[in-house]
Amino acid sequence: MADKPAKVLVRRHSGVTRVTHWLNVLAVSLLLMSGLQIFNAHPALYWGHKSTFAEPWVSMKKEEVGGEARGITTVGGLRFDTTGVLGWSGKEGAREQRGFPSWATVPSYRSLADGRRWHFFFAWLFAINLAVYWLWGLAGGHVGRDLLPTRAQLKPRHFLHEIAAHARLRFPKGEEARTYNVIQKITYLLVVAVLLPLMVATGLSMSPGFNAALPGLIDVFGGRQSARTIHFLAAGGIVIFIIVHLLLVVLSGAWNNLRSMITGRYAITVEGDRP
Amino acid sequence: MSLDRRRWLAAAGASLGSLWLAGCDKLVANSTFNGVLKVAEKWSQGAQRLVTDRNALAREFAAADISKDFKPNGTMRPQDPAYQTLLAENFAGYRLTVDGLVEQPLALTLAEVRAAPSRTQITRHDCVEGWSSIGKWKGARLSALLDRAKLKPEARYIVFHCADTLDPSATDGAGMYYESIDLIDAYHPQTILAYQMNDAVLPVRHGAPLRLRVERQLGYKHAKYVMRVEAVASLDGIGRGQGGFWPDRGYEWYAGI
Repeated sequence: MADKPAKVLVRRHSGVTRVTHWLNVLAVSLLLMSGLQIFNAHPALYWGHKSTFAEPWVSMKKEEVGGEARGITTVGGLRFDTTGVLGWSGKEGAREQRGFPSWATVPSYRSLADGRRWHFFFAWLFAINLAVYWLWGLAGGHVGRDLLPTRAQLKPRHFLHEIAAHARLRFPKGEEARTYNVIQKITYLLVVAVLLPLMVATGLSMSPGFNAALPGLIDVFGGRQSARTIHFLAAGGIVIFIIVHLLLVVLSGAWNNLRSMITGRYAITVEGDRP
Repeated sequence: MSLDRRRWLAAAGASLGSLWLAGCDKLVANSTFNGVLKVAEKWSQGAQRLVTDRNALAREFAAADISKDFKPNGTMRPQDPAYQTLLAENFAGYRLTVDGLVEQPLALTLAEVRAAPSRTQITRHDCVEGWSSIGKWKGARLSALLDRAKLKPEARYIVFHCADTLDPSATDGAGMYYESIDLIDAYHPQTILAYQMNDAVLPVRHGAPLRLRVERQLGYKHAKYVMRVEAVASLDGIGRGQGGFWPDRGYEWYAGI
């Protein structure tokens, strides 16, 4: 029946995309959690070369408020009571002063030494994985073919249409679903070309040994404490991406998406006899 | 979604989360796994040494950049009686010992250390905890002291033995602070034994009478209250064998990152 809509499996993700994706899932989740462990050793952020201890722009600590211990988070001039999550957390009666709570860190208990060991091991995995992805993505054409938006996709009319469709949770179907849509392309490019490399660059900028090797890099960020702040903010950007990404994966067909990232095959519905 | 399904999903999510955490905590305690993670330290050290000129300098700052709130860390005032005695007489009886694998062991008074070839530098101090402070340091160049003592060819590391007990609970004799660096850092032009901080005599909380500055590494390498500089072929048998008070407690010996 040539004219009846049919479900066909198309090749969606190459082997390299799939392997680097799952290695990245492992590395990024452990980097985030060990990173929060490291952050907890000094739960405050500054701008510039040095710490201005009396005036952090972000801080998380325990404070006595009306004779009661509370977790207080400050951002700029704002104060938030974050008891139980930031600054002062743990089971009732066994609360402790810590930036992020134990469920968010590796290891769950306080250990800067262990956090660093995990962080640097998985940082190597992350950086090598990212380099492999980029080398293959540029040489093999994945970036140019699949990630760069086409001229037609960048037309304001199309772009606005896509945003409106996304907002109504209407995702491309049929032939349109063979390729990434323009919002996907821009988001993925933002992650792989900006956020992930930024994590490596700001991370390296915090290393006094690397500062001596390449003094110019830290100046790009405005000093070591700025680099630490940007490292933290970019990590926050990655967390936001992961949350939205997972939501959209579920809403646009959890099993189909998951299968395509495991086996590479993605099901689309096509009209006619074109497979 | 029904309430039941939602509750089930939440419970499944929570138990997956705690399984993941418990799994990580188990792995932290697993020595084989830790051994695997530890290779990253060697990679970081190797990569940094590969891309860094051995004499490449740490950034130096202007006087206007000096921190007014330079944070002291570790021991602030050693309670060890030997140090207390030295402090009481303003270090008149202090001698810096330079020994181990050297041809000519030294025992220098503070006046002799101050008379040795020196260097002054305004640098950023990066704590492993994540904060930074900027300070001005003047001190004796370690390379000149080592040259005077004449290192033997088999010397590989320079160990700094300190006057302070940082972990009084250690029963194996490894409670005193110490640190070590290799010869690349020992002969680096910015590696000094500082006796001045911000144009004043080095304060007790920052390591009087002498503290090491090894500017391309993190703060815990910058041993305070240095009493003895020992040249060795191996770090085995010193403290718990990892080359420093904090390395003995799980931190990297190479702290360039």
